[in-house]
Amino acid sequence: MKLLPYGDTALLLDCDSLDEARRWFAALEWGPAGYEDLVMGAQSVLVRAHPGSVPALRDSIEKTHVEEELQTYADHVIEIGATYDGADLGEVAELTGLSRSAIVSAHTGTLWTVAFGGFAPGFAYLCGGDPRLNVPRRSSPRTRIPAGAIGLAGEFSGIYPRESPGGWQIIGHTDVAIWDLDREPPALLLPGHTVRFVESP
Amino acid sequence: MTITVMGSGTQTLIQDLGRPGFAAVGVSRSGAFDRASLQRGNRNLGNRPEAVGLEMLAGGLQLRADADHLICVTGAVGPLAVDGNPVHHEWPAILHSGQILSLGNVVLGMRSYVTVHGGFNVTPVLGSRATDTLSGIGPAPLATADRLAVGSAEGEPVGGEPESRLGTGDLELGVTVGPHTDWFTPSALGALFQSRWMVNTESNRIGIRLDGPLLERSRMDELPSAPCLRGSLQVAANGQPIAFGPDHPVTGGYPVIAVINDADTDLLGQARPGQGIRFHRS
Repeated sequence: MKLLPYGDTALLLDCDSLDEARRWFAALEWGPAGYEDLVMGAQSVLVRAHPGSVPALRDSIEKTHVEEELQTYADHVIEIGATYDGADLGEVAELTGLSRSAIVSAHTGTLWTVAFGGFAPGFAYLCGGDPRLNVPRRSSPRTRIPAGAIGLAGEFSGIYPRESPGGWQIIGHTDVAIWDLDREPPALLLPGHTVRFVESP
Repeated sequence: MTITVMGSGTQTLIQDLGRPGFAAVGVSRSGAFDRASLQRGNRNLGNRPEAVGLEMLAGGLQLRADADHLICVTGAVGPLAVDGNPVHHEWPAILHSGQILSLGNVVLGMRSYVTVHGGFNVTPVLGSRATDTLSGIGPAPLATADRLAVGSAEGEPVGGEPESRLGTGDLELGVTVGPHTDWFTPSALGALFQSRWMVNTESNRIGIRLDGPLLERSRMDELPSAPCLRGSLQVAANGQPIAFGPDHPVTGGYPVIAVINDADTDLLGQARPGQGIRFHRS
């Protein structure tokens, strides 16, 4: 991990892999280092310091203990009912060489883990899926993707919390509310959570 | 104790100092673009610095007092009057019951802040009253006939400094280079500091788009989604930088060549289309 300056108020932990970034995120989230905000990317973690305290933050990050292995919470699984009727199913079948039913089996067949949030409120990047489902984003993003749409992009799967534009390959949808401001916390899927997709009858 | 919106202007938003701590679930901090101006207005009135104010873009806001109120307008400068009589910027003014405060089109800066003694009383969402234009979290933009509740005043008004610090010249902004320096050619970094960047009209609270020479990348592969901050200078596929504002996405897929110093991002909120921006290393 390389610790890089990010403007005059933050530090970026530039990691070699998603796994390393997740371990740093977990260590900082539960550790003693004081910060104002913590954001994860696919291979990095951004830590925004309290005003005027970047040197102190750098010290405490350097002293932070990072676990060799990620803690998993597989005993608590969030089940997401899914209907596999997405507009990009055909393209995903072509890209992966899988039939529609094989795509569904692959998507429902593994536990997914929330790697990090971002893109939109409540949006969770889910990792740990079947490697056969690794597909590129659409070459041209859609201008309107409905709330609840389930997509694939690279090694990740994700659920659109509300209607928005987006470039992920859409394979299905869920009626589960991913983001609800009247709920505490509003995001259903938080970093470290375990998710299983279940095909709705 | 209310103030009624008689005209909402180009876009007027309810803002405070934002909602830190939710970036991990995809919610940016948001809050006033020019935080210093909002805080100055609050200080002039004796409010807490984080009290809620109105952020008016470009001009056209008209407010009617439904009781006597002390108000202060800070930030961008344009015609400012109470019932047609000019009043000072950056200084508390009395708005008697029934009187109308009018803000004309701004000529210096882009965003004016209207603060009121006691602050506006708004229900918080995730701990803040800020309107986040990207995620849709927070109060809706002001509309004609909205009635804004005013809180009870605590501190004593202290006055102000009725001189605007805004000018028409180029904005000079300090940056820290990186973190993705190695994604650009050495000449791109040179161009960043030697060029005069023009503020594009397609700019908003998500980002200020800048026009100038192409910032050439040394690698063309896809950047793994990386966290962003207010002030990140992200270089999109067209080689032109976007300086992220308060409602920026929390992560982005393009490299960040440099990050504007936090205090200088307030000035970015006052950048006018066509105005020049120069960057220097801090």
